[in-house]
Amino acid sequence: MALEVKGLTAGYGPVTVLRGVDFEARAGQVTCLMGRNGAGKTTLLKAIMGLVELAEGSVRLGGVDLQGLPAHRIPCHGLAWVPQGRRLFGPLTVAENLEVGGLTRGNRAEVREHVLTLFPRLRERLAQPAATLSGGEQQMLAIGRALCLEPKVLLLDEPTEGLQPSMIALIRDAVLRLRAEGVAVVLVEQRVEAVLKMADRVAFMAHGRVEEMVEARRLEPGARQFLDYVGV
Amino acid sequence: MKVWASHLAVVALLLALGFLLPPYHATNMARIMVLAVFAMGYNLAFGYTGLLSLGHALFFAAGIYAAGLPIWHWGLGAAPALILGLLGGGIVAGVTGLLALRTAGVSFMIVTLMFAQAGYLTLLYFNGVTGGDEGFALPASGRMLFGADLSTDLPRYLTAWALFSATFLATLALVRSRFGRVMVALRENEERARMLGINPFTAKLAVLVLSGAASGLAGAAYGVLFGYAGASFATIQYSILPMLYVLLGGAGTVAGPLLGAVLMFALIEVANDLTSAWLFIVGAVLVIVVLFAPKGILGALRDRFFRGLP
Repeated sequence: MALEVKGLTAGYGPVTVLRGVDFEARAGQVTCLMGRNGAGKTTLLKAIMGLVELAEGSVRLGGVDLQGLPAHRIPCHGLAWVPQGRRLFGPLTVAENLEVGGLTRGNRAEVREHVLTLFPRLRERLAQPAATLSGGEQQMLAIGRALCLEPKVLLLDEPTEGLQPSMIALIRDAVLRLRAEGVAVVLVEQRVEAVLKMADRVAFMAHGRVEEMVEARRLEPGARQFLDYVGV
Repeated sequence: MKVWASHLAVVALLLALGFLLPPYHATNMARIMVLAVFAMGYNLAFGYTGLLSLGHALFFAAGIYAAGLPIWHWGLGAAPALILGLLGGGIVAGVTGLLALRTAGVSFMIVTLMFAQAGYLTLLYFNGVTGGDEGFALPASGRMLFGADLSTDLPRYLTAWALFSATFLATLALVRSRFGRVMVALRENEERARMLGINPFTAKLAVLVLSGAASGLAGAAYGVLFGYAGASFATIQYSILPMLYVLLGGAGTVAGPLLGAVLMFALIEVANDLTSAWLFIVGAVLVIVVLFAPKGILGALRDRFFRGLP
């Protein structure tokens, strides 16, 4: 098991958002997180990354307890997060963004080559400032920059939000390829069709908990869980 | 190559000006280059890393006094005094940063301002040692550098030019290095940088030390070249000055601080000739620049014409 979350309780100051979350992500699988707005999906990713203080529970990555580590030390253990909204370093070029992504890993040439093979579009844009890329290209760069950390677990927060279908397909293909390479992918996704195409397992969240964890092959469009937890 | 060539051309032009300008303007230009070193230091923190400080007067004053006091009290020479100034600015910035960098944004600005005010009051309190508000003139013996008298025009200009050129080219090398990209990453999105494994506190502390060292070097050079050290250099005015140069010339550009210092100097000269209310004119021009070129002159030119300008 790559990532194991047990009894996680966390929030922002006096507001508790996560209430005893149990969750796991396995190597070579895509685990989707689904739930309505406010269910705690993004907060769970932030808590895993050490950006939200844990009140209770534990986060373990490959057997290593991440609790209490400073947030900047967590990516060194093989965990990478692509937040919603991409958050690139706009004035830096594509190449420079990738360079910053790989700084703590020594910027190995084969890692960069792997990213550029996964997203050939980025190779054509290496000298271009990130702020001038299209939305889809920015998302590719955000994922590529995270991959420069050579993660065992990749957390993606709604990576296809607002993208055109051709870009969504490219992102989806990249995710599936990463899965085939053995990366554990945790994907926050709201679109049922995308979940059914990519996910191995789906965690349905509500009220700050994972209420159900279901094998994706047991789900189909219109399944009860989609209606109960997402409203579609 | 183009980037280095264009910056080396600026350095060469400034050297030539030393031999072409009449003494009055050469002295002004020497002063501008020293203040541009101060502004380049400030630009590392503010322009490249996003650290809006109001405490840089403290680092400038630390340089002046680290260089000036040993000259005044013990007859130290100019060369070691300049080195002491650089170290003084860097050390004071490091100590300030250890505490101030636990805050961010407006809080950082206020904490750095408080440090600078505390430094100013300390200089006044220990007036027996520092000369207090009145300050002190540096003796001629401490203004000799490798046999050249720095109180004379050409040696003063060439020393200011050498310090400026070294800082200018070192800044260019720094911002084009990996660490330079980390600085920009921190400015653009600190949380994201942290999620890529970068320790923001350590990186920002390193930037502040470099920024303080450049400010300290500028302070030491100012004292040694113009022969005076005083507590007035630790007032808030000397924290705002480099900020204005950087904002006018272009924050986050290597040549912006020089351009800002030149233009501000020229603007004050012209406005001063026109009216006794010259500050009004200076203020109006700054408002116009901020409205129409919020990234400063070189920042606006970079956006429109020179994309790769560092």
